[in-house]
Amino acid sequence: MAKMKALICRECGKEYPTKAIHVCELCFGPLEVKYNYEEIKQTISRKKIESGPHSMWRYIDLLPVEGAPSVGPHAGFTPMVRAKNLGAFLGLDELYIKNDTVNHPTLSFKDRVVAVALTRARELGFETVACASTGNLANSVAAHAAAAGMRCYVFIPGDLEAAKVLGNLIYKPNVVEVEGNYDDVNRLCSEIAGEHKWAFVNINIRPYYAEGSKTLAFETVEQLGWRAPDQAVIPMASGSLLTKIKKGLQEMETLGLIGKVKTKINGAQAEGCSPISTAFKEGRDFFRPVKPKTIAKSLAIGNPADGYYALKATAETGGAMDMVSDEEVVEGIKLLAQTEGIFAETAGGVTIGVLQKLVKQGIIKKGDVTVAYITGNGLKTQEAVIDAVGRPVRIQPSLVNFEKTFKMGKNGGGDA
Amino acid sequence: MPSLRFHIRFPEQKIKEPIIYQIGHEYKVVTNVRRADVRETTGWMDVELTGETGEIERAVEGLRKKGVLVDPIELNVVE
Repeated sequence: MAKMKALICRECGKEYPTKAIHVCELCFGPLEVKYNYEEIKQTISRKKIESGPHSMWRYIDLLPVEGAPSVGPHAGFTPMVRAKNLGAFLGLDELYIKNDTVNHPTLSFKDRVVAVALTRARELGFETVACASTGNLANSVAAHAAAAGMRCYVFIPGDLEAAKVLGNLIYKPNVVEVEGNYDDVNRLCSEIAGEHKWAFVNINIRPYYAEGSKTLAFETVEQLGWRAPDQAVIPMASGSLLTKIKKGLQEMETLGLIGKVKTKINGAQAEGCSPISTAFKEGRDFFRPVKPKTIAKSLAIGNPADGYYALKATAETGGAMDMVSDEEVVEGIKLLAQTEGIFAETAGGVTIGVLQKLVKQGIIKKGDVTVAYITGNGLKTQEAVIDAVGRPVRIQPSLVNFEKTFKMGKNGGGDA
Repeated sequence: MPSLRFHIRFPEQKIKEPIIYQIGHEYKVVTNVRRADVRETTGWMDVELTGETGEIERAVEGLRKKGVLVDPIELNVVE
């Protein structure tokens, strides 16, 4: 029997074959992958995983593909950094940064989900892949498609900044600039996905695509020495990442690879786009869509597909959610860079900002083993911090001038 | 005949209006509500519209003019 049992509706439980479908025909609820855990349990072990490749594919037994990975062989298995300096600053004894700023090949966690999506798309017979994106997803799909020799379409709003378009064009996909705003692109892509036999990674391939995020949970468990953390702080855009990290931790427990999971799942958003965090804080089980206005563009999803499920996941684990201002996002980026030497994109600033808030509120406690998920590289959003990092110290090309500027003495120098 | 699926949200002041019924009368589309949650102050429906593509697009525009919010069934797919 195959490890994938079916696609199952998250609402009504109706099951479907593991094809390129994403919506339940009965109730229009979203589909997700259901596995044969009993069968997987027969073969999976810590030892088997540890002897696997140094990539996220060491967890292939729990990923929705039938054969070997054909796309994105190097994605994942990013460093788990013991953040002693940041932990000391925040008052945490055991803080870790799961560092996907160095994910391969496009420096964001999207390389995980895209590697799974494109491998599965190939298995399902697709040769054309597509996505609708303003940033990290487009980069990753375009790069992976180039390496895999697949035809690629990237749909972007007509008013997107030039720098972001360039980041996609380098891989030579078909970049389709839609005359209109975000909502227009959104609607058009949904319709195209319905009409054309393409692998739209975050539409008809979404049940498989989203599963790639679980590898962040698997790596967390393994890199912590086969234990789940007490607290996880996760940025939220669609909310999918948060729900899949929870699912990944639960699978580790279900398969007997670790004991009972008690991890509190915490969600982080930016104030300018916080439909999920706002609902949580107001005690609602539904969210109100918003028009995003934040520098954290990679989290700027105003009507998040998994928002409801993220609310549920956090509530079930006794976790919390919060949001931070754009100023706090920038401070979060700087704090992480200046304590741990990790330059994160704006989503990372959101995570660190919310982590800081949750510690201050006493929700995350000193002794809690805490993991903060940093999902993208700061080089992608340099414009967010350009006015907040100061200027270089300019000196004349003379030793005297240098020593004077830096007050050099026998014991070395100081700051200018 | 083409069918398209939408997620429709009703602002509080529109909840009591028979908007789906009206759309079925004003445009040549068949409306089929598959899932819904309507409360005192908020409401949404997952609905399928079947008809000629152009007529579906006109019906969607008609829904918007009546003050409800129309999104694809997948909600936001631009990431």
